[in-house]
Amino acid sequence: MRQTWGGRIWGLLAWISGLVFFAPVAWMFLTSLHSETDAATNPPSLAAPLTMDGYAEFFDGGAWPPLLNSFSASIGSTIIVLLLAIPAAYALSIKPVEKWTDVLFFFLSTKMMPVVAALLPIYLIAQFAGMLDNISFLTLLYCSMNLPIAVWLMRSFLSEVPREILEAASIDGAGLITILRRVVAPIAMPGIAATALICFIFSWNELLFARVLTGVVAGTAPVYLTGFVTSQGLFLAKVCAAAVVVSLPVLIAGFAAQDKLVQGLSLGAVK
Amino acid sequence: MDRPPPVPRKTYPKWARRAPLLPALIFLIVVTQLPFVATLVISFMKWNSLDPTNRGFAGFDNYVNVFTDPDLRSSIVNTIVLTASVVLISLVLGLGLALLLDKKFRGRGFVRTMLIAPFLVVPVAAALIWKHVLYNPEYGLFNGILNWLGFDAQPDWISSMPMSAVVLSLVWQWTPFMMLILLAGLQSKPVEPVEAARIDGASPFQIFRYLTFPHLRQYLELGGLLGSIYIVQNFDAVFTITSGGLGTANLPYMIYQTFYQAHEYGEASAAGVIVVAGSIAIATFALRVVSSLFKEEAR
Repeated sequence: MRQTWGGRIWGLLAWISGLVFFAPVAWMFLTSLHSETDAATNPPSLAAPLTMDGYAEFFDGGAWPPLLNSFSASIGSTIIVLLLAIPAAYALSIKPVEKWTDVLFFFLSTKMMPVVAALLPIYLIAQFAGMLDNISFLTLLYCSMNLPIAVWLMRSFLSEVPREILEAASIDGAGLITILRRVVAPIAMPGIAATALICFIFSWNELLFARVLTGVVAGTAPVYLTGFVTSQGLFLAKVCAAAVVVSLPVLIAGFAAQDKLVQGLSLGAVK
Repeated sequence: MDRPPPVPRKTYPKWARRAPLLPALIFLIVVTQLPFVATLVISFMKWNSLDPTNRGFAGFDNYVNVFTDPDLRSSIVNTIVLTASVVLISLVLGLGLALLLDKKFRGRGFVRTMLIAPFLVVPVAAALIWKHVLYNPEYGLFNGILNWLGFDAQPDWISSMPMSAVVLSLVWQWTPFMMLILLAGLQSKPVEPVEAARIDGASPFQIFRYLTFPHLRQYLELGGLLGSIYIVQNFDAVFTITSGGLGTANLPYMIYQTFYQAHEYGEASAAGVIVVAGSIAIATFALRVVSSLFKEEAR
């Protein structure tokens, strides 16, 4: 395409806005690689020598348990959500139950209720059941948080499976399990992967429930981050290193699911 | 709405069709609906966990308290201000960025990736970065840049404009989200009418006003509504950047504090019920928009 002057200006504007939005992220990466004294200068020192001290301090300061808690809650809940959502989506797309749209919209409506309103009863239940500061309980909550998203997404992916193939397989005598494993799964796989990544991101990011329901033992990475900033001395490089480490799984998952990200965030409403 | 189900060779009993749905449905009802019922019940109770013997029926006292407590009332206003400003500003910026990215230019994919990045920083981490690394009056990046440019002013961003500070950090995170939805909208726009209008001599503004904008409307609505649903519930930014101080406490923060620090279970629940009522209003509208997109897709 021939670049016109107008086109160049648009491109330039796009580049400038991209850089402006990216600047805080870039600055976070750069500061995480600076020493604490270089991180806290005014004017900022761009060309200060690089060091991994911030990361070393972050990991030495007990960052592993919260990171592992976050991983187990996010991965655990994602697996359970997929196990519940895929059959449900099947019953809402491939072999739809009657009034399936009502069911679908019921799932969506639960997502629109503010979680904060359910916080207290959930806390009381956890207290009653002795499940406070327990990562399994948090995992269960993350399942309920992500289940509606997963059902909507999986439905929109499963409805892309051509009916003809399903019919052909069933005429050839394939049972339900075989159809699911040999026909549906391969076609729906990219959709399942995207759903998993999006559920993972939401669980990984969650703060409110984790903050209220966990403590020393089961605290997740976001909870650890909030308690990480202390008044003592300089901590900018360490905070940046911590933010980079905690955000890295989401950045990776997000970029991996980039094409499906919109579909996931809009619950499958936008393709 | 959907294609008719294939004619089954053997008729399935109804329960067999429903069976795969039930585990998910039951799980969701138990975990998400029952707590709301409990919240509703507790909202009519006098209950402070620090005073466990003095527990009983309170009638509408908690609701009266919520509406007369100036802190709680201002948190309702704050929630509306915060949500409306973040959603509107990020929609406008997102629309601008989506229009820019809809054009072909060198490095478009890379710019898109850069623009998505803010949305993929963990919210708490983003709030921490904004608070300590960007806004810090002594060595934050903002004042550093002012210093570079030769300005003497070194404002204390968070204490001089706390609400705007929270809004700005959220706008930074949510603009990419709006951009993604609107870009998807722009790219699903049929090309022929635009070509025809251009041949007929329509100006770029007319094309935007009469063709692009009407098509984008439902995507703007969807972005606005989804954004509202998420931002009404925002806790991370308020908790981290201002700790709810300086007049920025929103409802989620206020409820968190009423229950977690003040142990006023009854009042926290009443506030919770009010949030739910407000959300139902947004949600009804949101569901209508999603349902209209849904029908269009199934058509």
